Amino acid sequence: MADAIRIEDLRKRFRIGFIPKTREILKGITFSVREGETFGYLGPNGAGKTTTIKCLLGLIHPDAGSIKIFGRPSSQPRSRETLGFLPENPYFYDYLTAREFLAFTAGLFGLGRAEKDERIAGLLKLVGLERAADLPLRKYSRGMLQRAGLAQALINDPKLVVLDEPLGGMDPLGRKEIRDIIIRFKDEGKTVFFTSHILQDIEMICDRVAIIVGGRIVKEGGLRDLVSEKVLFTEVTVSGLPPQAFEGLGENVSTRDDRVLLRIYDEACVDEVVGLVHDRKGRLISLSPRTETLEDIFVDTVTRT
Amino acid sequence: MKIGAIAGITFKEAKRDRVLYLLFFFAALGIIVSRVLAILTVGDRVKIIKDVGLGSISIFGILMAILIGTGLVYKEIDKKTIFTLLAKPLHRAEFILGKFLGLVLTLFVMTAAMTLIFLAIVYAHTLKIEGGLLVAVAYIFIELVLITAVAVLFSSFSTPILSSLFALAFTLIGHLSWGLDLIIKKMEPGTGKALVRVLFLILPDLENFNFKTEVVHGLPIPPAIYLTSFLYGVCYTAFILGLAVLVFRRRDFI
Repeated sequence: MADAIRIEDLRKRFRIGFIPKTREILKGITFSVREGETFGYLGPNGAGKTTTIKCLLGLIHPDAGSIKIFGRPSSQPRSRETLGFLPENPYFYDYLTAREFLAFTAGLFGLGRAEKDERIAGLLKLVGLERAADLPLRKYSRGMLQRAGLAQALINDPKLVVLDEPLGGMDPLGRKEIRDIIIRFKDEGKTVFFTSHILQDIEMICDRVAIIVGGRIVKEGGLRDLVSEKVLFTEVTVSGLPPQAFEGLGENVSTRDDRVLLRIYDEACVDEVVGLVHDRKGRLISLSPRTETLEDIFVDTVTRT
Repeated sequence: MKIGAIAGITFKEAKRDRVLYLLFFFAALGIIVSRVLAILTVGDRVKIIKDVGLGSISIFGILMAILIGTGLVYKEIDKKTIFTLLAKPLHRAEFILGKFLGLVLTLFVMTAAMTLIFLAIVYAHTLKIEGGLLVAVAYIFIELVLITAVAVLFSSFSTPILSSLFALAFTLIGHLSWGLDLIIKKMEPGTGKALVRVLFLILPDLENFNFKTEVVHGLPIPPAIYLTSFLYGVCYTAFILGLAVLVFRRRDFI
């Protein structure tokens, strides 16, 4: 499969302050995003995620390294013909309506009138803004602006969609809708490159991820390769028995009213606890094995770096 | 097409600016008051109306170009709307040219409106439509186009307040630089004279676009002067826009 994005040894420094001090934000980043995959780009605040995206979009000139979008250097505006971008906290001309704004962005791609009207109608429907299409954007909530932003990012029917924190500021329902749209991109064969702080969403949507810390990629790979399915521990909630009954079998996390929450690291002890509850006429409320999550990998990677 | 889209949105944005209408109001007031001044003055009343009218169009046009032009590019950067625009297949030069043309279109509409009021006031006094006045207005407009380019240049790397000061300084220097020509004529040959001559060549000479006196007093203007002034305006504007594109292309949008 060809690379939709190929970044090699990307470096960027900024001079900050009245007496300029040089700060290296990107310290030689290399990774690639394959065509058709959904790629999550993670990192703590200030790690260099947005700087990478701005270099990719030609908003920032890299000091060194190369970025290619479908084989074309990102410094060429033509490389963005097949790209759609949703910025973090999208800012638009707030006096325009969503329909006018989409018509303006369609103009930047030179779309004809019929194609433009058809696409705008389709996108307004896709992002659920049909009823608010003729309201000025200043009257939109943050979630609605995010939807309008997503619509403008799709106006050229891009092969590559770059989303900077697309789920930020959305209510749970809106988040689900946007997530579903991103999943639909995958079915349509679009490549998605996105950043998010909501790791559950990344885990749900992405094929591969890269973790950037302090301007360096510290982990990159397929989600299934990074996150093992091994059970880390099992959480068991029981009632009708005192916590002392489980001594030596697991860690007592909390005791409230009649309920005891245990964390059991040894799988053999889980059967023993279940048997004990049965024998002593207690009640098993819940039993949930906890496998490794992306969040565990992320926290572990960031704290170790 | 892309430049047209940027110019269109710039025009839409500029026409929402209240400063534009405030300046237009004062320009219209100046033109109308010229009729009252003419009544109160001894001498050729028509000339006073024409003088004050053309002066109002020029001064308020310059203020419109500076006050609106210096905020245009800065606002896009400050409000971060530029992120969405430059992420499209848009050359930075197209962005600058679109911004410039949008403001030129705004100034064209404003100048046309001021000129209509001016011609109506002159007509009310002379009962004649004086097409000759349009020559002076056309060259005022060429000057406004150049000042717009300067405003866009400063706006591409500086704040609106500083840009306004720089653009105003450019305009003042441009209207006073003809004095250097007089100094050159009076200087002894040597390094000093050569330096002043270089300075005279570099600094703008906006008096090239001032045909008010000739038009008001009905003095003849050789066609070559029209042509050289027009070419001077076109070349200087192209040079300033080229500089703006160079500066803007090098910028990082953090």
